[in-house]
Parts: sequence; structure tokens; C-alpha cells
Amino acid sequence: MNKNWPLWEVFVRSKNGLEHRHFGSLRAADAEMALNNARDVYTRRSEGVSIWVVESKNITASNPEHNGELFEPAADKAYRHPTFYNLPDDIEHM
Amino acid sequence: MENQEKMNDEKLKSLEAIFEAKIANDEKIEPKDWMPEKYRKTHIRQISQHAHSEIVGMLPEGNWITRAPSLRRKVALLAKVQDEAGHGLYLYSACETLGISREEMYEQLHSGKAKYSSIFNYPTLTWADMGAIGWLVDGAAIINQVPLCNTSFGPYARAMVRVCKEESFHQRQGYEIMMTLCNGTQEQKDMAQDALNRWWWPSLMMFGPTDDESTHTEQSMKWKLKRKTNDELRQQFIDQTVPQADILGLTVPDPDLKYNNDTGHYNFGKIDWDEFWQVVKGHGMCNKERVSARKNAWDNGKWVRDAAVAYAEKKSDKEEVRKAV
Repeated sequence: MNKNWPLWEVFVRSKNGLEHRHFGSLRAADAEMALNNARDVYTRRSEGVSIWVVESKNITASNPEHNGELFEPAADKAYRHPTFYNLPDDIEHM
Repeated sequence: MENQEKMNDEKLKSLEAIFEAKIANDEKIEPKDWMPEKYRKTHIRQISQHAHSEIVGMLPEGNWITRAPSLRRKVALLAKVQDEAGHGLYLYSACETLGISREEMYEQLHSGKAKYSSIFNYPTLTWADMGAIGWLVDGAAIINQVPLCNTSFGPYARAMVRVCKEESFHQRQGYEIMMTLCNGTQEQKDMAQDALNRWWWPSLMMFGPTDDESTHTEQSMKWKLKRKTNDELRQQFIDQTVPQADILGLTVPDPDLKYNNDTGHYNFGKIDWDEFWQVVKGHGMCNKERVSARKNAWDNGKWVRDAAVAYAEKKSDKEEVRKAV
């Protein structure tokens, strides 16, 4: 048998109230081993209170070559931001 | 046909221009972004060799874990060696994002195709070597690594931020070992001096060949793989380390070492570059031992890796059967 361990992405919540953040990746035979390895590789100094592991092949990522059509349409929509609207200087609580 | 080639050529040039502008602008390059083949190759070489250095770097210290003089020293050394394993793993996964597989990297290490830091081809003869390695080798590594936290390739920069955060404990635990020995008996102090004598020059070599001999410097500076030249980093190391040796009451083994009031830096003696190249080429004291230790660990661990895969497959088969019933 010559099978390589799959790649996993590791997400860690550093404390309650914060979201899980991508910390890195690692190789493991299954989800349980990925969790155990993630604990040793990414949380040796109390960096987390919760870990997610996801097999990397299950992530669908956007292609940076398509960034133009995906993200540029937001650039000319200044009216989505509060600063677009003109208000008198002395108005309060707004 | 000719037109097609011309168009491809132009497209490549414009991609390259966008790429160079991004780096000049301090923007990061991420794995799925377009990058020149040379950038990919250079990064695979540097990041994998960096990873190998962390992994091989565990061996000289592993030698002393069972013989640490106290429980305090033992847990610290264990934690340091475990960090090095972690650093190797961060770096291997950063390198994998460039399209090389982990097995291929291991294969390159085991066959001798990939290098690792030559410093780990020196033997650790006494407990004082644990002090000297932490103080000098990790000290030199920190100077080399801190600028990499801002390097242009995102995954490498992120891994280095984590590595640098963890590295400063390594140096401090080493210096504390040296300090304890230097405040001990004459025999202990002699041991510390002997370790400094053996590790000083190889530590200076860790910054690589002199600037006029270094082939990659210019390109690496452009890609922010380097922020300062080898000679600048080496001088910085000497300037900050000599006063630390003075505090220990130890003598740096360089008769030409002298503070230069005009430059504000230490002048130092000639480095034995023949020795450096000998070790790089595989003729150091421990080259064969280090690589064979890694290779044996990999080969002898194969049944464990296979068993873990077999267990994972069996579990997932059972899960499917359970769902189906």
C-alpha cells in the first residue's frame, strides 16, 4: 500500500466571541487524527478554544483570474457606504 | 502561428509587469495568483530547505533530551524540539501550496538533492552545546528569519510570523543554560567556553557566503526573500552577540575581533570558507548520520502511516454501511 495522507485545513477560534480563523494546514489520515495533530501543531501555546478541520479537497475557491468580474462591480457603488450621503456638519447622532 | 506566439509573449510580459508591480507595492502573492516560474522554483527551493532545516535541526538536540541535567531543563528542551517539528510542518504546508508534494520534498531531503542548514552537521558533544545552540544558532536564525515575516509570498510570510513568535524562547533558554554554567564550577565554565569555541564560527557561516560570492542576493532582494545582505546580517549578529559573551565572561574565539570606534561595529577575523563548502558538499562531521536518521525514521514509520490509512478507510466503509442500512 502506498497512499499519502490527505491535506486538511485548520481553523481555530482563539477565544469565545471570535470567529474561527484559518491557521494553516496539515496532513492526517482521518478527521480525528487531523484534530489531534492540529492541537499539537497550531495550539501549543493556548492559541485556541475550538478547532475545525476540513479536508482541503472539500473547499471550493474562487480563481484570482476572475477577480475582475467577481469583485470590481463593487468598486463603483459608493452609495453603499455612509460617506456617500451629504449631511450638514452640525447634525448629531447620525 | 507567429502571431499567436507574439500574443502569448506579450501577455506573459504584461503578467510579469503586473506581478513585479505588486511586489514593489508590498502586496502579497498568494498561491493561486499568477507567478513567474522562476519565482515558484526559487520559493520551493528556499521554503523546503528551510523546512528541512527545522526537521534536521531536531536531531542534534534530541541527542540530549534524555540526559538533560534537571527536569526544568528537560521540559524546556522537549518543548523547543517540539516547536522545531511544528516549524517544519508549517513550512512544508506553505511549500505545498506552490505545487510540490510533501513526499517529493522528503525524497529530495533523503536523496541529498535538497540541502538544509549546514550548522546541523556539527556534533553536540556536551550539555553546554544545548546552551550554545540556543544562544548562537537560534540567535542567528532569528536574525535571518525576522525579515521574512514581510516577504512577498503570503503563506511563507504567515508561517514565519508564527515561527518568529516562538523562537525567542529558544534563544533565551539557551542563554540561561550558558549563564548557569558560567556561574558554576571551573569545569562547567570551561565546558561553556569549549561550546562557544566550537559553535562560534559555524554560526557566522549560517548567514551564507560573503556578498561578492552570493549568487542569489539580487533577485532575492527584489522578491523580498531578503531584506539585508548576508554580510549585513552577519555583522548585526556579531555586534549584538559579542556583548552577550562579555556578560557571560566568555571569550569569543577570534583574536582579530575588535570594536571599531569609527564604524560602530566589530571588526572580525577571516571565516574559513573552505570548511563551509566542505560541509555544504556533504563532508561535514555528521552529514551522513543526519540524513540516515531522517531516512530511517521515514522508512521505519511506513507501516504506521499505512495502518493509519487502512484504519481510516475501514472506519469510513463502516460509516457508509451504517448509513445504507
